[in-house]
Formats: sequence, C-alpha cells, structure tokens
Amino acid sequence: MGFSLKEKIYKNIFLIVTTFSLVILFLIAIFLFAEALPLFKNVGLVDFLFGKMWYPTMSPASFGILPLILASFYVSFLSAIISIPLGIAFAVYLSELAPKGIKEVLKPLIELISGFPSVVLGFFGMVVIAPWMTNKLSPFFTETIPNFLSSLHLSYLSNFFANNLYIDVGLNIANASIMLAFITIPTIASLSEDALYLVPRTYKEASLSLGATKWETIKKIVLPAASSGIATAVMLGVSRAMGETMVVLMTCGGASMIPIRPFDPARPLPAAIAAEMGEAPYHSLHYEALFGIAAVLFILTLIFNILSDIARAQGEKKMKGKSV
Amino acid sequence: MNKRNFSQALNFIIIKISVFVVVAFLFFIIFYIFRNGISSISIDFLTKPPTDSMTRGGIFPAIVGTFCLSIGALIVAVPIGIISAIYLSEYTKGGLFLRILRLGIRNLAGIPSIVFGLFGLALFVIKFGFGSSLLSGSLTLGFLILPTIIAATEEALRGIPQDFREASLALGATKVQTIFKVVLPAALSNIVTGVLLSVGRVAGETAPIMFTAAAFYKPDLPTSVFDEVMALPYHIYTLATEGTHFEQTLPIQYGTCLVLLALVVLMDIVGIWIRLKARKSKKW
Repeated sequence: MGFSLKEKIYKNIFLIVTTFSLVILFLIAIFLFAEALPLFKNVGLVDFLFGKMWYPTMSPASFGILPLILASFYVSFLSAIISIPLGIAFAVYLSELAPKGIKEVLKPLIELISGFPSVVLGFFGMVVIAPWMTNKLSPFFTETIPNFLSSLHLSYLSNFFANNLYIDVGLNIANASIMLAFITIPTIASLSEDALYLVPRTYKEASLSLGATKWETIKKIVLPAASSGIATAVMLGVSRAMGETMVVLMTCGGASMIPIRPFDPARPLPAAIAAEMGEAPYHSLHYEALFGIAAVLFILTLIFNILSDIARAQGEKKMKGKSV
Repeated sequence: MNKRNFSQALNFIIIKISVFVVVAFLFFIIFYIFRNGISSISIDFLTKPPTDSMTRGGIFPAIVGTFCLSIGALIVAVPIGIISAIYLSEYTKGGLFLRILRLGIRNLAGIPSIVFGLFGLALFVIKFGFGSSLLSGSLTLGFLILPTIIAATEEALRGIPQDFREASLALGATKVQTIFKVVLPAALSNIVTGVLLSVGRVAGETAPIMFTAAAFYKPDLPTSVFDEVMALPYHIYTLATEGTHFEQTLPIQYGTCLVLLALVVLMDIVGIWIRLKARKSKKW
C-alpha cells in the first residue's frame, strides 16, 4: 500500500507543477488588464481603440491606438503575403520533392532561422534593406519603370508609379514586412510540413495510379487534404508576426500616423510599447495606456491562436480513422 | 512535352526557387554580419568593458550578462518544463482538463515576447520589488521558454517505445521509478537538444529583458541576482537606435551581432548534432 500512496503523491505533485503554465497565463491576463483598467475608465474603451491620434506625451495627451492597430495589421498582412507562399512552397519541397540528403540539411536550417535573434534581423533591416530601398528601389520605381512605361505611351501608369512608389524613408512598413516574413517562414514551413506528412500515402498512390502527374497530385489531393493543418500553420505564423517586437521597433520607422502606402513609416503595437515604456512614469496614464496596448496585443494573438486550434481540431477530426 | 508535364516542371521550378530564396537570404545575412563584424573581433573586444561612452572598448559585461540570463532562464524553465512534460505524456488519458491544459500551454507559447516583458515589469520588477535585475529577467525569460521546453520534452518522451515502460513495470518497478530510471534517461539526448535550442532562443531575446533586466551601460560584472546586467541583444539595440554615435559605434554593433549570432548558431549546431548522434546510436 505504501507504494501506491507514494505514487499518488508524485502524480499530484506533477499535476500541480503542470498547472503552473495555466497559472502564468492567467496571471499575465490579470496583470495586463489590471494595470490598464484605470485608463479604460479615464479615456473610454471606444476612444482608446478607435481614436485616430496617439500623442501620449503631449498636453493634452491623446490615447487613440487606431493608427497602431492598423500598422500592426498592415505589416502582418504584407509579411503574410510573402511568407505564406514561400513557407508552403518550402513545406511542399521538404515533404514531397526533396531527396533525403537535402532534407536532412534543410530541416536544421529551418530551426536555425526560427531561432535567429530578431534584434540581428532588425539591425540588418536598418543597415542593409533601408539604404537599399532609398538608393536603389526608389529610383527603380520612380525613374526606371516610369521611363519605360512612358516610352510605351502609358503615361497614366507611368505617373502612377512616379507619384506613389517613391521611398523617402528606408525604415517603413515594407522593410519591416520583409524581415517579419523571414521570421515567420519557419513556423509556416515546419507546421505545414507536419500536416503534409500526415496525409495518408494511399491518397497519393490512388491519385498517381489514376494517371495524375505528381504536381496534380500535390495540388489537388495532398494540399487539400492537409488544408486544415496548413491553416493552423498560417494562423500561428500571422500571430507570431503580429507579436514580434524588435523587427518592427527597429525597421518600421515609428511614425504613429494611419499608414496608407507600403512605403510609409508606421508604429505597430509592439513597437509603441517597447519604444515608450522606458519613458512612461509608473502609473501615469501613458504607462496604463501601454499596458492597454499589451492587453490588445494579447487578445489579438489569442484570437489567432484559438483560430489555429480550431483548424487543428478540425484537421484531427478529418484524419481520424484514416490509415497512413 | 505535353501541357501537364510542362505545368509540373514549371511549378516544381517555382517551388525550388522559393526554397532557394529563403536559404540564400539566411546565408546572405550570416555572411554579411560575418564580413562586417569579423574585423571588430579581438581578445580585447571579448574581454574588456566598453569605454569612452560606449564608442570604444569591448562587450565583456554583455557576454557575461547574456550568459547569466540564459542560465537563470534554464533554472526556472527546465525543472518545471520536464515535470510538466512527464505529466502530460505519462499520466494523462485525455478528457476536458487535459484539453484545457494543452490549450493553455499552446496559448502561452503564442504570447508575444514584449507582453512577457510587461508582465515581468508589473509582477517581478514592481510588485515583488526585485527591480530591474538578473532575477526579474531570468524569471521572465524562463516563463517565456517554458512552453518550448515542455513541447520538446514531451516529443522526446513520446519517442520512447512503450516496451521500455512495460518491461520496467513487469520487473516490479513502480511508475515513478520507470519514468526516472528508464524513460527519462532514454529520452535524455533529445531533451538536451530541445534545451540547447531554447538557450539559443533565449540568448537572442531582447523585448522581454528591456524593462526587466537589461542595463544600457554597466561595466562591472553582476555580483548578486538583484543586479542589473548588460546583454548582447540589448547592446545591439541601444547602439543601433541611439542617434548620436551611430556611425562611430557601427563596428561595435557589427561585432556584437556576430558574437550573438555565433553563440546562437553554436547552440543550435551542438543541439542538432546531439540529436543526430542519438538517432544513429538508437537501437529501437
């Protein structure tokens, strides 16, 4: 009997330790909202979320975070446009095309990218991508392309390029999106690869034996069968992009205006917190507003994580009982 | 070549180009940092504190600070992480509570690092009164990597065949003895790999330590856990965004990037190497 009592004690200790993660999650939520609550009372939730002016240090101060929210959506969206196709292509290559030797090399490389220090990527965006954008890309968009277009007598298009695609500041949404895409590619690639790997081999064999080419099988059978897993991967990738701080802090330019063009500077939510928390006096409205931003960020990423969980659960349901 | 084969060839080329672009970008960044940073690296750079309002000298305090923070984070996260993984993989049999537990851990993994930073600021720095210190930073970073450690350990434990457990139990060992004497040792190398990959990640994290541990300038080494420390990633960030001496400190920035990158890549390579070795010697 002594044995089983000891076993039970161990089991319960393990259980208590395991719930620690849940406790932290709840503590984080509680602290964010508790610290931000006075601001919500003072400024009002609607004015906070939809106010167009973020001037926290002016007097009178204004705490509208709409420009910051839109900036976060903008960079996440633009980076997703780059990272989703590249990430999925990477996954398809790994699971369907790559010879075993190359696969053994590429998989660790993916891990290497996912552990890449984001501050180094931010630094790279500052010292390499930003000057390249203003010195090379901007003349290309505003001179080379318009000149070519006017030589084709397409003056409307030519003017459109010249007037809209100039780049005054290299630190902008496009720059941040490129670096963010690089950060999210490993998430999308490795999770999508897991999903592709789980597609039963019989599916592929059936398709191939009916005369479909390998590509047709991938496109019409394998990718659709893995779609919920890929959706999970994409959601988690977007969530990661939205919460990533150092890249947007260093490469996005920091202007707290509502962003219009992809080459405008902007101030996404994490960048505002990181840049301003050092100067915000303890329990000032500004301090509380930054906790409010963190609460918004927490909820946004939570939504994406829950969406990805739903996609995962659906995928598991779909695959249940299918033999590999 | 007919249309269908052509379409296949074209799409496969696009896929291969995509892979190439990602890999080439990775190597370009590494190469670029290496080429610009290597000239800054010297014994003095690695062993001396910064001087002349950070425009000269070395980064020794930042290396030590990053080392201490990483170790601190591991002390927090590894025991909790391994025990959580043991519970999840060896004791649970499904059910609502397990689903909530897993959902919680997955969501903890998805919380942005800057949010962890603010949480650490509110709880450890202010509420507990630890101040901006090694202790606050280690706790914050430890909680940040906890889900990663849990996931890696759980996967390692799942890789151990059921026969191992049954054989041990059949010989009269208790469940706890089986776990600690049979399952954990067999999974050890994969757990170590997971831990090393997490160390690489923690060493490069900036946002969580900005308000909980990192000092802009602190040439002497920490003597207690309540000391503020310099850290490599924070050093890069402050020098790169501090307007006045940007050009002057550029070589230091490149050098620091190179040291940080070398550290992270080294951890990753050692981790991956241990996993490969374990896979080769595995007899099950």
